[in-house]
Amino acid sequence: MQYQSQAVAKPYFIAAIGLFVGQILFGLIMGLQYVIGDFLFPEIPFNVARMVHTNLLIVWILFGFMGAAYYLVPEESECELHSPKLALLMFWVFLVAGALTILGYLLVPYATLAEITGNSLLPTMGREFLEQPTITKIGIVIVALAFIFNIGMTVLKGRKTVITLVLLIGLVGLAVFFLFAFFNPDNLVKDKFYWWFVVHLWVEGVWELILGSILAFVLIKTTGVDREVIEKWLYVIIALALITGIIGTGHHFFWIGTPSYWQWWGSIFSALEPLPFFMMTVFAFNMVNQRRRNHPNQAAVLWALGTAVMAFLGAGVWGFMHTLAPINYYTHGTQITAAHGHMAFYGAYAMIVMTIISYAMPMLNGRKAANSGKSQVLEMWSFWLMTVSMVFITLFLTAAGVLQTYMQRFTDNPQPFMEVQGRLELFYWMREVAGVIFLIGLIIYIMAFFVGGDEPEQA
Amino acid sequence: MSQTFTKSMARNIFYGGSMFFFLLFLVLVFDTESALPESDNRAAITEEVAMGKMVWETNNCIGCHTLLGEGAYFAPELGNVYKRYGNSTEAIKAFIASRPKAGIPGRRSMPQFNLSEEELNAVAQFLKYASEINTQNWPPNIQG
Repeated sequence: MQYQSQAVAKPYFIAAIGLFVGQILFGLIMGLQYVIGDFLFPEIPFNVARMVHTNLLIVWILFGFMGAAYYLVPEESECELHSPKLALLMFWVFLVAGALTILGYLLVPYATLAEITGNSLLPTMGREFLEQPTITKIGIVIVALAFIFNIGMTVLKGRKTVITLVLLIGLVGLAVFFLFAFFNPDNLVKDKFYWWFVVHLWVEGVWELILGSILAFVLIKTTGVDREVIEKWLYVIIALALITGIIGTGHHFFWIGTPSYWQWWGSIFSALEPLPFFMMTVFAFNMVNQRRRNHPNQAAVLWALGTAVMAFLGAGVWGFMHTLAPINYYTHGTQITAAHGHMAFYGAYAMIVMTIISYAMPMLNGRKAANSGKSQVLEMWSFWLMTVSMVFITLFLTAAGVLQTYMQRFTDNPQPFMEVQGRLELFYWMREVAGVIFLIGLIIYIMAFFVGGDEPEQA
Repeated sequence: MSQTFTKSMARNIFYGGSMFFFLLFLVLVFDTESALPESDNRAAITEEVAMGKMVWETNNCIGCHTLLGEGAYFAPELGNVYKRYGNSTEAIKAFIASRPKAGIPGRRSMPQFNLSEEELNAVAQFLKYASEINTQNWPPNIQG
């Protein structure tokens, strides 16, 4: 660790991993509810479990992004963080607000939560992924502003690099587009239309900038390839991401009451969205092949390469599969969407957070550059267990989705939703088994932090 | 990448390209805003429908169902439920009101939300309004 203030990243990373465990546990509950419909009913109905599952995901990824920024910005800027105290304060604010919100979901009926948090004053609740009470949303804005101020001031006073600049653009975009979460008109079509300004312009827009800059940072550090080369790649990747991704928002505007021309705009531009992810894969492998040194942290290199590949598969390939309007007409809102969502989020965002954690944590724990060989072997096992089981979760959901699409939408004799769900049970069971293996992988991932602590680093 | 393609060229493509397509996106957004009155069934948005949307939201219906294909995939699509139930708001109300408190053994069941008569009416009217939005003929059939 070159700068003392980088240490504030550590609690962010620990919180991220802790919430990740919660996310997976609730995922397993939901997976079971898919086949044993009354599991935990009515104590934890599916909608509550899902809210916890998706909100924990968003929050732990945000914790990861913030930790990543606090770790890499001082090093890139070659100066201490503007205010480590503010960073630590915001950590606790965000953690407590997040925990209270999750407890609110679990302990009181959602309608009661809406009532006691004064939702009627500024109704923003009850929309997918934006279920948080309005006061929590305001809290998120405050934390985000304080965070961006802290990072921005650090960037301003220090060395300016392309990585910090791209990261900052991504973070500002994240904060700006989140403001659409407060716009919730009575008009359902408008509500849906602007809802995507948060959801799509985050995950298929500005988050890709954050992803790209974290990946570029880790690749510079682990491969020793010239910064100029890596920064050029970064610019090309994020240029492609925004050029395809902004108009690509149109692939959500096919069937929600918006004009039909979106079918053309959305299909064409979103069909190109795999390109930046493909470039990212080529980039990561090229840089590792051209490496000027063998970094002792091989686990971090594995995560970096894995992120590029899985983001391309999950976001790129599985996204393309159902993005063309004539296909989406049949697959919209089926298990195909769920399959894509799982691998894309894991591949692009969960894995990039684990990449930076893998790279930074040894230093944050006072080691020189890497964990012991023993710890890295365990970490790599967890990489493969989680990644392969996520591939299988995706494949089983895809199989379920294809059948669902056929039986409920495509055949001459369409069956009712619940009828079809019953026929898909086998695939849901298989998905649940893959989910349990994912959890085992996650447990091993955490174990890796606690083994071989007093053993020397690999050469 | 080759030496003739420089970092500043890449940077210019990023700034120029993103700016251009962001502005193009804004143009399309403005055009959509002006075209929406023809497709979004806004004439049907009464106070009751607006209240129905609140009932929909504050009970987190989207946590299990899809609405115009968006939401969770655990329970049926509701964008066309009004039509699926034979154009009847009464059938929608009856279904919601009759959910067993303890669920159905071994099966998925909608929770009992204890909605008042007023709330039931409102959410049913909201779903009727949603079913009359022009969705370019989606879903492909009545099963949603």
